[in-house]
Amino acid sequence: MTEREWPLYEVFVRGKRGLNHVHVGSLHAADDEMAVRHARDVYTRRNEGVSIWVVRADAITASSPDEKDPLFAPSGDKVYRHPTFYEIPADVPHM
Amino acid sequence: MSHSAPDPSDAHGSVYDGLLDGAVGDSSQWAFGTDFEDPLAGVDTTVPEGVDPHALATYCLMLADDALVLSHRLSEWCSRAPDLEEDIALANIALDLLGQARLLLARAAAADPAVVPSLPEGSPVPPEDALAFFREAQAFRNVRIAEVANGDFAHVVVRILLVSTVRLALLVRLADSRDTVLAAVAAKGVKELTYHRDYAGRWFLTLARGTEESRSRLVGALDLLWPLYAEMLAAHPVESSLAETGVGVDPTTVATEVDVVLEQVFAVSGVDRPDRGALAGVRGRTGRDGLHTEELSRMLAEMQVVARAHPEGRW
Repeated sequence: MTEREWPLYEVFVRGKRGLNHVHVGSLHAADDEMAVRHARDVYTRRNEGVSIWVVRADAITASSPDEKDPLFAPSGDKVYRHPTFYEIPADVPHM
Repeated sequence: MSHSAPDPSDAHGSVYDGLLDGAVGDSSQWAFGTDFEDPLAGVDTTVPEGVDPHALATYCLMLADDALVLSHRLSEWCSRAPDLEEDIALANIALDLLGQARLLLARAAAADPAVVPSLPEGSPVPPEDALAFFREAQAFRNVRIAEVANGDFAHVVVRILLVSTVRLALLVRLADSRDTVLAAVAAKGVKELTYHRDYAGRWFLTLARGTEESRSRLVGALDLLWPLYAEMLAAHPVESSLAETGVGVDPTTVATEVDVVLEQVFAVSGVDRPDRGALAGVRGRTGRDGLHTEELSRMLAEMQVVARAHPEGRW
């Protein structure tokens, strides 16, 4: 029998006080359900998480490092897009 | 895993943020998850009225030893599971059970200090450790399915399935115990065992419906462990008497429920219920009476050797 590895999954966990899921790492699993279980066992052992997303790594389309300049350099000089010229009231959360 | 684990020291938008809130100003105690709950916080620890303290201690030892001994067997899987992910899963289950065992051993010692082996004067070993590391095999009260030596991965899956299905049913009822400590320990354990049963049930199905090889391994493991199943559902006099006082659970009362759960797993997996009879005791004595297989002695020798070599050690 040929040795075949389980597919790779990327794992995203939402922390107790987190507002969004954050990438925490990856793991191997035979299917989606097992990936959730494995993510629970591997990445939430220390009381971190309240929610898990998993997605097969090969389902992710990533930008290429070669495109770095055309994609990201144009925003490098447009400081006016940041709200740094406003006073942000203290009671506005999550900025 | 091809990626490194997340770096906990990276403070920028990490999912682990906020875990140290409780430890502000005390970074020497650094650890993840300071939001831990003490399962016994605010719990009344007096022995309920009308309950024989020695019987309560013995009952706690039974529940504790099942967890402690199986926990050690699962720990032996460390670094040996088919995948890193399964390795961690088994270690997690082992640690859950160890946590239950600690609370129950401490409860046994508090209910009746006479059950704790005596150690040299001035030994710093706490009672729960004395019970775990300084008792002989015949003082252990666990069922034998917890102690038999490990086999292959199918073996550990079947063992976890059988033990966790029974233990979950017991603890669900024990959560209503008149003994508030047992009730609190049970309430905590129910969530853990629900996961253990789910884990084992999924693997049972996967192996049964997998390859010819995985299926034959699974059926072989079930056949091997089945004779030890009935012992978990038999009532020892201590269990019966504590059930009568509303403190313990009589295992015979969960037998039907456990059978139904297992039948569902067997049915969906296309596996026949084994027809092998129960492993007999010796003159009616089984694990609950301190009658064990040789394998427990060998396991304890390894588990206890360091603690026994240093009875005054600090850990």
